Amino acid sequence: MGQIKSAKILLVDDEPNILVPIEFLMQQQGFEVRKAFSGQEALDILPGYKPDVVVLDVMMPGMDGFEVAKRIRKLPGLRHTRILFLTAKGAEEDRMKGYSTGGEVYMTKPFDNDELIQIVAEVLEFG
Amino acid sequence: MSPLLIILVLTGYVGLLFLIAYYADQRAARGASLVKNPLIYALSLAVYCTAWTFYGSVGRAAESGIGFLPIYLGPVLFALLWWIVLRKIILISKSQRITSIVDFLSSRYGKSTWLGVLGTIVVVVGIIPYISIQLKAITFSLQHLTHGGKVPGQVWENLPVYLDPGLFVAVALALFSILFGARNLDPNERHEGLVAAIAFESIFKLAVFLTVGLFVTFGLYDGFGDLFRQAWQFEDIHALLDFEHAGIDSMNWFWLMLLSLFAVLLLPRQFHLAVVENTSVDHIGRAAWLFPLYLLLINVFVLPIAFAGKMLIPPEMAEPDLFVVDLPLLNGQGFLALLAVLGGFSAGTGMVIVSTIALSIMISNNMVVPLLLRTSTVREGWVDDLSKRLLGIRRISIAIVLLVAYAYFKWIGQRYTLVSVGLISFAAVAQFAPAVFIGLYWKRATRMGAMVGLALGFLTWFYTLLLPTLAEVHFMGVHIVESGPWGISWLRPDALFGLKGMDNITHAAFWSLLLNTGGVVLVSLYSRQNTLEISQADLFVEIYKYQTGSIDYDVMRRQATLQDVTLLLNRFLGEHRANTLLGSYSRTFSKDLSKETMADADLINYAETHLAGAIGAASAKLIMRTIAKEDPISLEEMFRILEQTQEFIRYSRELEHKSAELQQTTRQLRQANEQLKELDLLKADFITTVTHELRTPITSIKALSKILQENPDLPTQQRREFLGILVSESERISRLINQVLDLERTSVENAEWKIEPVELTQLIRHSSAGFRQQLEEKQIQLHLDLPDENVWVSASVDPLTQVFVNLLSNALKFCEAGKGVIHIGLDSGKDQVVAFVKDNGFGIDPKDQQTIFGQFVQVSNNERGKPTGSGLGLFISKRIVERYGGRIWVESVPGEGATFFISLDASAPA
Repeated sequence: MGQIKSAKILLVDDEPNILVPIEFLMQQQGFEVRKAFSGQEALDILPGYKPDVVVLDVMMPGMDGFEVAKRIRKLPGLRHTRILFLTAKGAEEDRMKGYSTGGEVYMTKPFDNDELIQIVAEVLEFG
Repeated sequence: MSPLLIILVLTGYVGLLFLIAYYADQRAARGASLVKNPLIYALSLAVYCTAWTFYGSVGRAAESGIGFLPIYLGPVLFALLWWIVLRKIILISKSQRITSIVDFLSSRYGKSTWLGVLGTIVVVVGIIPYISIQLKAITFSLQHLTHGGKVPGQVWENLPVYLDPGLFVAVALALFSILFGARNLDPNERHEGLVAAIAFESIFKLAVFLTVGLFVTFGLYDGFGDLFRQAWQFEDIHALLDFEHAGIDSMNWFWLMLLSLFAVLLLPRQFHLAVVENTSVDHIGRAAWLFPLYLLLINVFVLPIAFAGKMLIPPEMAEPDLFVVDLPLLNGQGFLALLAVLGGFSAGTGMVIVSTIALSIMISNNMVVPLLLRTSTVREGWVDDLSKRLLGIRRISIAIVLLVAYAYFKWIGQRYTLVSVGLISFAAVAQFAPAVFIGLYWKRATRMGAMVGLALGFLTWFYTLLLPTLAEVHFMGVHIVESGPWGISWLRPDALFGLKGMDNITHAAFWSLLLNTGGVVLVSLYSRQNTLEISQADLFVEIYKYQTGSIDYDVMRRQATLQDVTLLLNRFLGEHRANTLLGSYSRTFSKDLSKETMADADLINYAETHLAGAIGAASAKLIMRTIAKEDPISLEEMFRILEQTQEFIRYSRELEHKSAELQQTTRQLRQANEQLKELDLLKADFITTVTHELRTPITSIKALSKILQENPDLPTQQRREFLGILVSESERISRLINQVLDLERTSVENAEWKIEPVELTQLIRHSSAGFRQQLEEKQIQLHLDLPDENVWVSASVDPLTQVFVNLLSNALKFCEAGKGVIHIGLDSGKDQVVAFVKDNGFGIDPKDQQTIFGQFVQVSNNERGKPTGSGLGLFISKRIVERYGGRIWVESVPGEGATFFISLDASAPA
């Protein structure tokens, strides 16, 4: 669990009010947390931060979550980084199933707090 | 008077006729026709006035006063109908190349051979008495002239036949007729020379009759007054002017008028000149009053001459039928008498020549040729030129007809007056009337009906009129006439079925026409038409339809080799005329026949119609059948289609109409469906977007409230932060719900959404009042640049208020706190009012200026993050404004602010 304790998380969403509770939950687990409010901002932070997990909103203005994920896969030194998509239900969920660059998991909004913690923990453990 | 002089004068007269005919033919060949005008046409119709009129009217008048008149009144009345009936017959005959009245009948009823044969027999038998009275009149007039009046002892009648001048007259007339009408074959049976000669004869006989009349009235008496005053003294003449004493009743007049009405069109020579020789239907109009005028003129002196004859000629010398000759003769006017004989000769020859030509055409075209063609031996012997053979048939026919007429005159006719014999012929020809006139207007009249009707009428005529004249000269027992065959009195020819009290003509006309008409109608109702009958009936009855060329008459799907067709035309028309016809065909239809080996249906039809002109429709059909192959099944089908053409056209028009309607409906349905699909798509889109928009605040509310619940000991500051987010996200949800409801309101076709005059300045002030607090908080200035007077627009208060609220709140969002300035103003035009909301905020990128009016479109950028709002405000505003027929748009320079414009229709004040 020591490994978990030291994990770095990047949260990406254009809605600040969604990031507030997630940040709180992750910090409560003792993770290091940083936030980005758009895909571009996330890509700016990533190379220097090298997080273990990126919690990524799919529907964002400008660059969407899938595009950000694709670019993450091309960045050097981020092979271990796991991506957790946060999607709305419906059509987006279907697109999620068709999307496979390997290793991603997803959660639908609105999520359950404990479930989110659990999934992040699992990803970190088996990543 | 010397017979030699008379013969010289007559020969000279005939020579003059030939000169006139020759001249007219020459003129026609040069294209400068003499006869193509209504006057000549009307004069040629006056061939109606024969020796019967010239001599017989006076004779009839001497017997029964004005009893001579109905024969002329009938045609005069009928002339009123010429434009309808005669015109139709002419148009049909032109299009079908009809050559005679019998040909007309045969063509109408499916080009029937047997109807043609029957018709020819009826005409020939029926006309023989009529021709015989011409011979009689001419012969007797010559006899009076040479012997100085009526000579007791009947000199010529006792001569043997071979010395009888009557026979010589007959032979001479046969020769004239052949020379006039059977010299060559014309495919149209048109003889301009003949018509010109007949027209001349009409002028001549009228002039002579008027001259004699003037001589009698003003030479022998002192005018009409004197003549009638003297006549009044005589008991028997006095009686003639009394209807009852003269034995005239209205029944008799009616039937005589009816018979003459039919005769003026159906007599072979009348039909020939009125229809076959007609050059233009337009001539009917003037002929319809010129011809009656002629009849009037030629009747003016009938009564004076008749009365004068009765007064001046002693009874033992009196021959009323020849008063016209005897009056000048017995009063020392030999030359005038000669002129009178010449006038009568003119009237008689005109009738005989045209009648025999017309009869010879019928005999050859409708009887002999079809019958010959039915026997295979003749068909195989076609090698020689048939056109010569055809002419031979005609010449022989003419000779036979005149000889038979002579025989009738010699043994029967001379016992009767001219008029009473002439009426026998009228009654015979009237038998054509039912089949012709009914067939002209009733398509269902069948060949069988026409055959039965004509046969019944003819037999009745023969039995009631001709038989008694034969019986009287002991051709058979007189007892048949007196007491009926086998003593059955109700079969007596003059009182059929016990009907008595009528004169013989009225009696015969009544029964024959009744049985004839009944036969045509009843048998037609119970018999079926074959396909050719159906098509011919249609062509006749609907001639005006075909005349306009609206229907393509191409039912004969026949094929023959071009060589056969050419050969056929050569044989019947001669090589020269055949070449001319084929040349004109290839020019008219621009077909190069030299390259063809097969003749198509068009050419075969063309050849058949022209052959029909030479040999009659029935013969032409038969001949064509020998060389052309036709498919009976398809032919039959074509005829059925033809019969139903009218129905088909109407039906197909209906179908067309229906299908156009269907297409229209389909288009509308498709459009509606597209709209529905679009709407469906929009709805699905909309729901996805709304749920997404809802999910975001719910997600954060759910997560934060759980955190608050599970962590009661959170630091106050953090707790307050979380609670603040909860409040604002809840507000976001309620705002979203409100706007979705707004949207629903604008999209539903709501009757309560009343468009009415709305005062705009007041509305803008109200709308902006609610923003005072927000404006103060963000320190943004709002300027209302509104006019003092009222501005009225067509809208409704609440929705339009919402539009301004939306625009104002947008402007607020985009303005920087402390620096923002917002202007609201309006520009009031005559028809349009434009209001604007202007801010000095971030402005809108040009690429976004169109899309911002879509639903859930929010403009944001990375620096500012997301603006608050649902993305529905402008969408809703646009729908509201468009609902009023107005427009909303934006002008903006990024960084300098944006101006939203709304244009609305100006309205009269409420």
